[in-house]
Amino acid sequence: MPSSHDWINKPLGVVEAMFAQSNSNPEWEAKVLEYFKGQLKEKESHSWVPSLNDVPLHYLKPNSLVKFRCLVQDMFDPEFYMGVYETVDPSTKANVLRCGKYKDVTECGVDLNSRNTVTAERQTFYCVPIPGESPWAKEISFLSAARVVPSTSYVPSRQKRSYEEDDDDMDTQPQKQREPHTEPHGNGDSKRQETEAPSSQTTTPSDCSSHLDLNFPLPGERGPACLVKVYEGLDSFKLNDTLEIYGILSVNPVLTVLGEEKDPSLLLLNPTESMETPEEQRAHDPPASLVPRLHMLYARPLQHNNPLLPSAPTEDQSAFVSSFLVEMASVRAELLAYLTHVLLGDGLAAEYLLLHLISDVYTRRDVLPLGKFTLNLSGCPLNSYTERLYQIVQQLVPCSYRLSMSLHTMNSMRLVPKKDYVANRLVSGALQLARNTSLFLDETQLEQGQLDSSGVRNITALGNLISWQKVDYDFSYHQMEFPCNINVLVTSEGRSLLPSDCQVPLQPQVTPPNMEEYLTTIHMAQFTSQINKFRVYLSLARTLDYSISDEVTKAVEDDFVDMRKDDPQSVTAEDLHRMLVVARLLSLSLGQTTLSRDGWMRAKHIDMLRRSRTEQQKSLNGNEP
Amino acid sequence: MSSPTSTPVGSKRSRDDIPVTRKLYRNRLSESYLQILPSEVDMSSPLMYGTPSSRVEGTPRSGVRGTPVRQRPDLGSARKAPQVDLHTELPSADGAVASEQAAGQKLVIWGTDVNVGTCKEKFQRFLQRFIDPTSNEDENAGLDLNEPLYMQKLEEISVIGEPVLNVNCSHVQSFDADLYRQLISYPQEVIPTFDMAVNELFFERFPDSILEHQIQVRPYNALKTRNMRSLNPEDIDQMITISGMVIRTSQLIPEMQEAFFQCQVCAFSTRVEVDRGRIAEPAVCRNCNTTHSLALIHNRSAFSDKQMIKVQESPDDMPAGQTPHTTIVYAHNDLVDKVQPGDRINITGIYRAVPMRENPRQSTVKSVYKTHIDVIHFRKTDEKRLHGLDEDSDQKLFTEERVQTLKELAAKPDVYERLSSALAPSIYEQEDIKKGILLQLFGGTRKDFSQTGRGNFRAEVNILLCGDPGTSKSQLLQYVFNLVPRGQYTSGKGSSAVGLTAYVMKDPETKQLVLQTGALVLSDNGICCIDEFDKMSDSTRSVLHEVMEQQTLSIAKAGIICQLNARTSVLAAANPVESQWNPKKTTIENIQLPHTLLSRFDLIFLMLDPQDEAYDRRLAHHLVALYYQSEEQIEEEFLDMAVLKDYIAYARTYINPRLNEEASQALIEAYVDMRKIGSGRGMVSAYPRQLESLIRLAEAHAKVRFSDKVETVDVEEAKRLHREALKQSATDPRTGFVDISILTTGMSATARKRKEEVAQALKKMIQSRGKIPAMKYQQLFDDLRGQSEAAITKDMFEEALRALADEDYLTVTGKTVRLL
Repeated sequence: MPSSHDWINKPLGVVEAMFAQSNSNPEWEAKVLEYFKGQLKEKESHSWVPSLNDVPLHYLKPNSLVKFRCLVQDMFDPEFYMGVYETVDPSTKANVLRCGKYKDVTECGVDLNSRNTVTAERQTFYCVPIPGESPWAKEISFLSAARVVPSTSYVPSRQKRSYEEDDDDMDTQPQKQREPHTEPHGNGDSKRQETEAPSSQTTTPSDCSSHLDLNFPLPGERGPACLVKVYEGLDSFKLNDTLEIYGILSVNPVLTVLGEEKDPSLLLLNPTESMETPEEQRAHDPPASLVPRLHMLYARPLQHNNPLLPSAPTEDQSAFVSSFLVEMASVRAELLAYLTHVLLGDGLAAEYLLLHLISDVYTRRDVLPLGKFTLNLSGCPLNSYTERLYQIVQQLVPCSYRLSMSLHTMNSMRLVPKKDYVANRLVSGALQLARNTSLFLDETQLEQGQLDSSGVRNITALGNLISWQKVDYDFSYHQMEFPCNINVLVTSEGRSLLPSDCQVPLQPQVTPPNMEEYLTTIHMAQFTSQINKFRVYLSLARTLDYSISDEVTKAVEDDFVDMRKDDPQSVTAEDLHRMLVVARLLSLSLGQTTLSRDGWMRAKHIDMLRRSRTEQQKSLNGNEP
Repeated sequence: MSSPTSTPVGSKRSRDDIPVTRKLYRNRLSESYLQILPSEVDMSSPLMYGTPSSRVEGTPRSGVRGTPVRQRPDLGSARKAPQVDLHTELPSADGAVASEQAAGQKLVIWGTDVNVGTCKEKFQRFLQRFIDPTSNEDENAGLDLNEPLYMQKLEEISVIGEPVLNVNCSHVQSFDADLYRQLISYPQEVIPTFDMAVNELFFERFPDSILEHQIQVRPYNALKTRNMRSLNPEDIDQMITISGMVIRTSQLIPEMQEAFFQCQVCAFSTRVEVDRGRIAEPAVCRNCNTTHSLALIHNRSAFSDKQMIKVQESPDDMPAGQTPHTTIVYAHNDLVDKVQPGDRINITGIYRAVPMRENPRQSTVKSVYKTHIDVIHFRKTDEKRLHGLDEDSDQKLFTEERVQTLKELAAKPDVYERLSSALAPSIYEQEDIKKGILLQLFGGTRKDFSQTGRGNFRAEVNILLCGDPGTSKSQLLQYVFNLVPRGQYTSGKGSSAVGLTAYVMKDPETKQLVLQTGALVLSDNGICCIDEFDKMSDSTRSVLHEVMEQQTLSIAKAGIICQLNARTSVLAAANPVESQWNPKKTTIENIQLPHTLLSRFDLIFLMLDPQDEAYDRRLAHHLVALYYQSEEQIEEEFLDMAVLKDYIAYARTYINPRLNEEASQALIEAYVDMRKIGSGRGMVSAYPRQLESLIRLAEAHAKVRFSDKVETVDVEEAKRLHREALKQSATDPRTGFVDISILTTGMSATARKRKEEVAQALKKMIQSRGKIPAMKYQQLFDDLRGQSEAAITKDMFEEALRALADEDYLTVTGKTVRLL
């Protein structure tokens, strides 16, 4: 720990010093950014900065530098603020120039008529923790943050929780251990007037201490939401980006003043105050103790949120990758064996599941997303098997969500984000997810019955998501298309009613008498170190580059022509699409960055196996009366 | 913020801060004001503006003086606009006394470089001289374009009596760039000057006209800013024009402009103007010198209307992946309630930023400004959709260079092929289908025959794609939907008739019935892509009949009866009923759509999986390349989607081709030829509808070439494409001939012939049995089957029965057949 930590503890001091030196030369702004970027570049220095994700807000020092791993949930309108302003000292009558950047409030005695006032522009983003972040990912980043002494008085005391408890977390039971995380400092007033979002009402624990709707995409989520003030590079940020933001924390209680305290007569005459509805004020100016403000100094887009992997594409990472590549094949074999056990001994399904887990929309050609690989596991045993399966997937990927497609949820849940014009914000929905989130659609929960209009809309949204990897956000007067990159896994009894890229009927080789016990035993048999390897493997395989040589291209073409020669009905363009994706994923899963002839043959082979299985299934069903 | 640090009128200022000019005007109007205010300003000041004196006593005389001035809250209530002399460096106290128009001195309004006199003169000159012979705005309809435009408008005002003069800023700019700059930079000062100029001119010309209030100038179309996103702090207090969509309007807010006080002791009354939201209550009665005796009388105070409107950036202006911005807009007086949520409007107004009023009890303040726009002028961009043409409603502006590149592209001989291959490059081949869709994107020329009673002639091309599942039909639809600005994408499965047309909704707030438009109306002037057309319910499909030929949509629901325009092209995709296309059946049999609907499609394409090796190889190559080609390679090969978009938009807006002589002849020949083909076999192979299709396609092809004339080449291509589509979809599988009646009547001529034969055979058979009043259905069927050489299906049998029933020969009741 270095001696001078002023840039973490008192970043505003640094900013002000630079401002004072500058003599109104606008270059100082760039210098500030340069300085903080430089500080953060230093080895390990970013781990000294306390994280809003891990440390409860009341342990963090106001106006200190903090970081926040988050998803941009909404972008508010740009606002104008006093970039530079002049204050008059009441005793000496001297005018002093002040800097208003990175601050929410001004010093007292502002001279509003000063000619030196500079109006500047900034934008506010509403950021929430990455939705569906797996407990293990939180845990690890939390522990690693605890390793270095944070610049706060906070000593993390959370126990590592066992697997079982994590399960509970997925349910809707209250979690006593997390109490300190969600404990708000909101005064009684805010409690009284805030209402919960209807979407989260069904699943939010009843003891949810905050009555402010923090607008998380997924029900039952916790964690701090944050209003991030962005000063530079506004165009480079997009909705649903995952970022690690370094900024100055501001929790000034002045920000908490709500409309009720205002004099009604004042409101009448000063219309600028009354143009906001109470809902809007609540959404845009929530109490700072619940939704802190963060003035962004530096933001790093996150490629993934796996804490086991170096996050920045630096030399460390390439070194890390090359060292891991050696192990790749062996880890793959182990993972495959593990998944085979989990899928009740079905090796082929395990192979496909593995490919699915590393799939990624790597590019788009006009409207066509390339690289998506939606898997439909049909023939899943009922009785909580799918639930257990999800828990295992959750243990492997850093971000996931299980959507139980029961009739009730489909009819009542909000999947597509919708603009609320009264509160002037984007009300989130369950499909507002970060990139590469695993969305586990459990169709085994669906029963017969009637879908109402919102249910039909939800199903359509899911279909669009799978086919085009996009979600059409509802802006009342029009829809807006947001591309996404979500891995969708559908478990169903028969063929899913949703489209999918690839359907694998599960053929269990073992039928354990007690499914729960069976799966728990398999899970317990894995060491944490082993599981961690799997986690790294899955995140890493996705990031590898991939190419295909002219020679293999030729071979693939020949092959396709040959296949069609025998029976043109058997192989269509769509099949070729899928096989090319399978070949790609198969190669990447082995750590190969080019397609080899063998790779292509293997892809063809497993696709053949799978197809014969689906056909078998079809004829089986066809024979039934 | 821009207010002066020292008040130029300093010492002479009265306590309520009322600007000089207003006091002046009062001096003239009312004796009582003279008592209140010392006569401090020269009477001839040109800055007499903005006095709230709508209650002038006495009958209004004609002329400037007689017509009441209406205050303009849109320009700000507290207007401090003293003039300063540029030569005397600092604004001194006497600078405010603007009357001394000493020679050689240049007087300007404080803080600006606007000289009132020059400005007025310039604007008057503009009004008197500006001619715009090329104007095509509909506001100028009926005006003589070779006469000064605005003088005609003034004349209109004198006739109609609506005292508002809308001035197009681009006119001002082309007339006097400096004046335009001043208008944009100092609207608050310049617009009142314009008002004065107009009124002087007007009353000079029409001294006897009586107006409700003095004419107000409303400039619009300021070129400064067009996009809400690009507003920045430099635009504060300037005039801007932005486009957007209204998302919310508030209730009417009465805003006090002038407070009326009455002394409780002596009933002396006084008026105080509201200044920046504050009323300076007089502490002492001037008449009886009682302190704190004045009380506010609400119903004698003057209020103005005000409305808060929230405007959201229009979706076309936004960068991908970001949420739309919103801006608050204040409408004043007669602009209140001019717009409704959902309207797309262009707003011209003054951009304002107000510091957040701090709570007096707190020492610190939020360092944020609240911004809003005071509206001067609204212009609805979608208003014209209700009546007639709207070529410029998209307001797409093309830069010179862009037009140049587009024209260069159009000059290339292979532009048609280039564009069609640029369409959905990820979809392999299907050249003719892409060409068809390309022509659909351009559309025909709109013709109006309403004078001869025929109404509008459909210019939109409708296309149906049918074929095997998995032949990237949906992908093509998605592509088109993403390409056109006003496209809608629906799936037949998920949409109801209501979702396609329009429905009536009760607004939760106002309890008002609101007509919500569906996909077809929304895609007016665009393309409506309907996937899974065959899955649509019959009632939904029946809605399309009207839309696809008449291009309108009639609604009679919940007391709302109306006809909406739905000039939309339909691009539909349908799957065959048996999941796989059966080549032995006709199109109608394969997709089971009513022929009445099918005949409304100009082109029907089959997307089948061709089974040939060379094709397979090319397809494989295409797909592999699609997956592994780098971005740059792709871009080299194909036209940019943006270029394609602009090309289409440009052609649709500016090119209206007409048939030339040869082309007309060629079309006639083509039609006659088509009729001839069938006549030999006793079939009709073409109907006037096909001729119309040909014309539309030929026009669209001419548009692709940016040509104002439809020439023979266009007709040739239209013929070819039409023939191709027919070959695919209207070939009778039994005979191998193209038979248009498959599409127009749902049955090929041979099929109809056979139906008749079966019916006759059945009749013969029954007759041969002699006089039996009734017989078993099943037995009859078996007998007929046994008798006939050709295989007779149950369908055919039933059809034959029905035919005979129509002849009143027999009736079918349940399982028995009775002779009549």
